Amino acid sequence: MNVQAEAMTDHRTPTQNEESAESLLQIRGLKKRFSLSGDFLDQLRFKGGKLVRHQEYVHAINGVNLDIHRGEALCVVGESGCGKSTVARIVMGLITPTEGEIRYNGERIDNLNSRALLAYRKRMQMIFQNPYASLNPRMTIQQTLEEPLRLHHPDWDRQKVVTKVEEVMHSVGIDPDWGKRFGHEFSGGQRQRIAIARALAVDPEFIVADEPISALDVSIQAQVLNLLMEAQQERNLTYLFITHDLAVVEHFGTRVAVMYLGTVCEIANTATLFSKPRHPYTQALMSAIPRLEDDRPQHVRLEGEVPTPVNLPSGCVFHGRCPYANARCKQEIPVLQTQDDGTRVACHAVEEGRL
Amino acid sequence: MALLEVNHLDVRFALRLGEVHALRDVNFTLERGERLGIVGESGAGKSVAAFSLLNLIAKPGFIAGGEVRFDGKQLNSMSERALRKVRGNRISMIFQDPMMTLNPVLSIGEQMLECLKAHRRISSKEARAIALDKLRQVQIPSPETRLDQYPHELSGGMRQRIIIAIALLLDPDIIIADEPTTALDVTIQAEIMALLLELCEKYNVGLILITHDLGVVSQVTQRMLVMYAGRVIEQGPTREIINDPQHPYTQGLINALPQMATPGEKLNQIRGSMPSLSNLPSGCAFHPRCDFIKRADGTQRPACTQQVPEFVTSGNCKVACHMVAELLDKEANDEARLKETNP
Repeated sequence: MNVQAEAMTDHRTPTQNEESAESLLQIRGLKKRFSLSGDFLDQLRFKGGKLVRHQEYVHAINGVNLDIHRGEALCVVGESGCGKSTVARIVMGLITPTEGEIRYNGERIDNLNSRALLAYRKRMQMIFQNPYASLNPRMTIQQTLEEPLRLHHPDWDRQKVVTKVEEVMHSVGIDPDWGKRFGHEFSGGQRQRIAIARALAVDPEFIVADEPISALDVSIQAQVLNLLMEAQQERNLTYLFITHDLAVVEHFGTRVAVMYLGTVCEIANTATLFSKPRHPYTQALMSAIPRLEDDRPQHVRLEGEVPTPVNLPSGCVFHGRCPYANARCKQEIPVLQTQDDGTRVACHAVEEGRL
Repeated sequence: MALLEVNHLDVRFALRLGEVHALRDVNFTLERGERLGIVGESGAGKSVAAFSLLNLIAKPGFIAGGEVRFDGKQLNSMSERALRKVRGNRISMIFQDPMMTLNPVLSIGEQMLECLKAHRRISSKEARAIALDKLRQVQIPSPETRLDQYPHELSGGMRQRIIIAIALLLDPDIIIADEPTTALDVTIQAEIMALLLELCEKYNVGLILITHDLGVVSQVTQRMLVMYAGRVIEQGPTREIINDPQHPYTQGLINALPQMATPGEKLNQIRGSMPSLSNLPSGCAFHPRCDFIKRADGTQRPACTQQVPEFVTSGNCKVACHMVAELLDKEANDEARLKETNP
């Protein structure tokens, strides 16, 4: 236990240099637009007697740079619509980015075809939010867990596959007798264990978990979170952990990236972020966590609501709700700048020392 | 006499597989202006408890026993007609999903006026004035234009504000809010909760808040019930329960929160999961997951597996647990012995 605890604290030491060689995954200049206008014929409109092509986009991600270090749990937090799930899906190659690149171990993977990507899929696995939807209802648990093994290890014989499935079932605390049963026979927490077992079956080194505990009950959340942490320590996994629950982040994350409207506004070590949030949005987010200790919510109230990603605000995307915004914030897009403790913040007010 | 009294409430669902006992022997009271939280995991019966207060349990569910008394009148034996005068008027509800609650084909104004006119004989002009006033109270920007908008034109947080405005429309005595912020983002959740709290205090409205979020309960309510598998297992002042939970399940729930553990360390988990209501364990429903079915000296406590625990009073809280009962007994005995030896 001591060794494990030390290993955890070790990951928490500040990592100033974002370009360091220990990055397992690099995201550079990532942008993703989703078209809202349908196909070519749907886009045609009459305007002033002329036929014009009218296109509208959801700007889901607008220039994201992230590095995920080997062995860490990088948490991405933000509210719905901030693009955190889109980042996860692009990293996994489930959707293609509009611009930018993803490098895994230094190799570019965003432009690979599915055959070339297969080798990477074995090394990176995903756990989804809803365990009721992510298990195939027509497959038994045994089949569900064997499928990735058969795909990635076509040379394995039946006995080897069965042994491996049994081993992975033990490692996530599910009874091998469950193998004959179907997904619907299990509770949410059990299903999520099965989904984790499926991800671990091919011995990945990197796991993307998209809100893996949000659909679960409180007492079950703790079980699943413990399981994910155990797996990380035993297998030296690297996590990209997407969540909106800051209490979970505080417990689980090595570093945290806060996203707002498709941009990263702050990246910091977990302890630093929680003790000293810099970006005004991070501050508001932190103050909104319902805590057991205080009787009265003392949260920073934000004006208005998240603007639509169809028409992005000019300048800093947060300026419309920010209590510290000035003229520069309305015009110039802030970039992430490294602070003296290694935290990176994209905010003009922080840069100018107004905050 | 309390404004709302629930005595021995018992709700069952007659399913093809047999009768499922969704709520057993639930007792609580709510004073005027008091805020009560009902906490529990999914399937604990907290929503059933809330719905049965207004007799909103749909078939095959039915209230099999007990009573709900509101302002001296028994609600569960009232006719539908009489009940309709209470629903939305003196007791109103806020549901989890604001999109499901609002009618998508009616404008906000129509829905608000409909509610007002159903309960009061007033002109459209007066009704509109009241609606506008309530929209202002829930801090909706440009309320006049909102009245003519449809639900899909508004964001989730805005819709939930409208629902709160509708719930307040007829100045109710009690608002029952069933997971009012679960579908919302963290910052919006904090705003909506703060707003609800502020309005309840300002107008002295009672609140029954159903949630799985212990943080929200501890910030908003004065008293709370913890439910497990259809029963209340602990109830009392919120602060006391949060600071010093007695029941092993409540302790487990609070200790399982990430904020209670040191970052990076293992969380304290409760093993297993909630039993199905159709197949409850014997004795205390929590015993298969409980770490305290053995005494400190290692002997078994047979009551845990054989007998449903009764409520015992510990401080200001009531707890249904054999372990706690035994401890209290022992304390009382020790005290009695102490008095005997040196009178």
